[in-house]
Amino acid sequence: MTHSGTTKPKGSIAAAPEKIPITLTVNGTEAKLSVAPWTTLLDALRDHLDLTGTKKGCDHGQCGACTVLVDGRRINSCLTLAVMKEGAEVTTVEGLAHNGELHPLQQAFIDHDAFQCGYCTSGQICSAAGLIAEGKAKSADEIRELMSGNICRCGAYPNIVAAIQQAMERS
Amino acid sequence: MASYIGSATSRVDGRAKVTGEAKYAGEFNVPGLVHGYVVDSIIPKGRIVRIDASGALGIAGVIDVLTHSNRPPMADKDDAYKDEVAPEKGSPYRPLYDDRIHFTGQPIALVLAEDWETARVAASQVRIEYQKEAHVTDLHAERTRAYAVDVPEKPRGDAERAFASAAISHAAEYSIPTEHHNPMELFASTAIWENGQLTVYDKTQGVQNVQQYLCKVFNLQPNAVRVMSPYMGGGFGAGLRPQYQVVLTVLAANALKRPVRVMLTRAQMYALGYRPASIERLALGANSGGTLDSMQHEAIAVTSQFEEFARNDTGWGNLLYKSPNAKFEHKLVKLDLPTSCDMRAPGAATGVYALECAMDELAIALKTDPVQLRLQCYSDRHQGEDLPYTSKQLRECYRQGADAFGWSKRNAEPRSMRDGSELVGWGMASGVWEALQVPATVRIVLTANGHAEVATAASDIGTGTYTIMAQVAADMLGLPIDNISVKLGDSTLPQCPVEGGSWIASSVCNAIANTARAVRGDLLELAKATQDSPLSGAGVDDVALIDGKIVSKRDAGRAVSIASAMQSGKAERITREEINQPSEDKSHARNVHSAIFAEVKVDEEIGIIRVTRVVKAVAAGRILNPKTAHSQVMGGVVWGIGMALHEETLYDHRFGRVMNANIAEYHVPVNADIHDIEVIFVDEPDEMVNPLGIKGLGEIGIVGVAAAIANAVYHATGKRVRDLPITLDKVIEFA
Ligand code: FES
Ligand code: FES
Repeated sequence: MTHSGTTKPKGSIAAAPEKIPITLTVNGTEAKLSVAPWTTLLDALRDHLDLTGTKKGCDHGQCGACTVLVDGRRINSCLTLAVMKEGAEVTTVEGLAHNGELHPLQQAFIDHDAFQCGYCTSGQICSAAGLIAEGKAKSADEIRELMSGNICRCGAYPNIVAAIQQAMERS
Repeated sequence: MASYIGSATSRVDGRAKVTGEAKYAGEFNVPGLVHGYVVDSIIPKGRIVRIDASGALGIAGVIDVLTHSNRPPMADKDDAYKDEVAPEKGSPYRPLYDDRIHFTGQPIALVLAEDWETARVAASQVRIEYQKEAHVTDLHAERTRAYAVDVPEKPRGDAERAFASAAISHAAEYSIPTEHHNPMELFASTAIWENGQLTVYDKTQGVQNVQQYLCKVFNLQPNAVRVMSPYMGGGFGAGLRPQYQVVLTVLAANALKRPVRVMLTRAQMYALGYRPASIERLALGANSGGTLDSMQHEAIAVTSQFEEFARNDTGWGNLLYKSPNAKFEHKLVKLDLPTSCDMRAPGAATGVYALECAMDELAIALKTDPVQLRLQCYSDRHQGEDLPYTSKQLRECYRQGADAFGWSKRNAEPRSMRDGSELVGWGMASGVWEALQVPATVRIVLTANGHAEVATAASDIGTGTYTIMAQVAADMLGLPIDNISVKLGDSTLPQCPVEGGSWIASSVCNAIANTARAVRGDLLELAKATQDSPLSGAGVDDVALIDGKIVSKRDAGRAVSIASAMQSGKAERITREEINQPSEDKSHARNVHSAIFAEVKVDEEIGIIRVTRVVKAVAAGRILNPKTAHSQVMGGVVWGIGMALHEETLYDHRFGRVMNANIAEYHVPVNADIHDIEVIFVDEPDEMVNPLGIKGLGEIGIVGVAAAIANAVYHATGKRVRDLPITLDKVIEFA
């Protein structure tokens, strides 16, 4: 059996779109940048602002590695276009510690060994910060459920739950 | 000073990981960086007739499109592409080499642009014309083409006849689908040429393996290429061999003379290696007393058309159970897929799954408790080699695991235990792996201010290598752990093989001990040269380094501080590098063992299965760091739960293509899937396996877990599911 086939481009594109100037407050500092409308908040952080603490694990909203806090709420930054967040306050994992002192969640993650490779960790910690702010999770089961958007392939889940419980008790 | 070895020490790289400072391969943003995006094949077999890149090249910001026909030169001999862990037989895949298509997802063009988004959109504009050829991707449809490969286990007695005449027997076929590693970090490489030197940041479990490979493929001088992987966002075997993105990245850097990064998408990672699907046939025959007379295990697994990747699935029974008659056979089927590869406990995760389910079924046929059956068949010798073990505390694993789990309260009758609307099932299994060692070299630089740098070219893929190395070095050098800095993940560091097979801890830590002994010898010489030295006449093994001092072991009062010894000898630093060669002693078998107990709860109406409790008791020699060791084994248990209930790469065989090439439809356990996991380390002193008594933990965590869960599902429901994963549609008919 031999036959041929061709992939067809989905409609041709002549040029990249115009860049748009935006202003974000990232970790308390104002950042002015010029991004194409198709640039996600994740790529703006990683590639434009060199804040590579926020991770890319799928780029499709499936893994949670890219979780950041926008105006205090946890979101998947890979599912958010940077231009949509003009004027927003963004907190990434790099913005959680203050004057060298770790955020209680960061310390709890170390204390409970809540990671191995560390690649999901920024997202887990930002997500946990958002979760605590939401005030919804009380029991371990509720934490498990409400942290299930953050995949940890290393399988640190029980330790992640323990770390979040520790941080909750202390906050 | 308390010993660091054996203490629950927090990760020394923990702060870097929780603050986002740890940099992974795709995170080195250098000025002028070019971004690459891969165009991959949508057909599984055939050839590229034409590539029209004009649509991509016309987009502002696109620099070039590399294909097999316009790429810079690469080696044309197979040997150049054989990396340190390539299968012995076959011809390794060569990325962007020619017009042949070997598998769906094979890279066929690399679009290079000033930014990533432009590269991505331009990739969608590349037109490819293919000539397709007939393909095969289905193991089950092609099983009759299976051919046998050599296995180390030789047959004993006449297993077939003993099976036929057994009082009680059980034979069945089990199957495990293809699984993908799916580390959280996307595979990525960054290549930077600077002053005739190439630096490559790569997601790899073996920096020196990649370095040597690149030198051969691109005909580069070894001292011109440096490969770095200081942090790796999960490997699990996927990063043992150099992956194609590193070749593409260097090709592009060579073509453009600019720094280049290529990061794969999650979907593209399904065209890398995978755990091969396998079909496992077990036939066990027992006498009426409940011991084995016959043990047969045959496996059929997947490899590619061009390489022969085989990990023996079948020999594990020889390590666990006595049987006078035994036969093992491992077979392969070649399919139009990428070459399969190692994935967490290769061969054992699958083979022991089948073996331990079969033992459960045999116990049921014998009306014997499954733990009891294992004790009846217990072997204190490696059955295949007829050797004793350096240590084997598996009996203790069964005992401590069963106690912690509450196994004695089990009602053996299926469907007999309930919790409200849920059926409760308790199952168990054994686990086994090898205690391997490989040659590794460690360098220690001790400075007069009492700090030491410990270095080797290993990678810490999340396993805790940085931390255990710091612990061992601190103890061996008598320094506080904060004074130790560990350097890893750099090909210019002393020789170390790929991080895999659970061999790094034992290999590297014993090398630290050797190097520290050499440092101690140098210090002693300096100390002896001081006037009226209290250590005069002492040999290197008569002294120890404790609390910053060189101390006589016989009389702790006789001591010289490290600082003063170095000062008086005018030594600013002591640099030593020593290798650890694994023992050649073949008089004993070296293995790691475990027992797993699992509880499942199954919703009687809709069949949802939850693994509510797992107890894993492990005997793995000396545990260097109970904290990171616990995480490693717990992570393995989570993998076992995924293997049992969730993970399956689904193919549309008509198109030879993965249907669920993303992390939403390829199911891995999420937080809500994981409940109580208890890890027990059984005491197992072992001075024979290696001087420090370390056996390694990377693989044992997963082994046997899926079997314990499958056995628990049977106990809960009365339904035996032998084909993984055990999804609810397979158990729902029981109601
Ligand atoms: S990278 Fe955003 S959810 Fe995975
Ligand atoms: S720590 Fe590796 S993925 Fe979570």
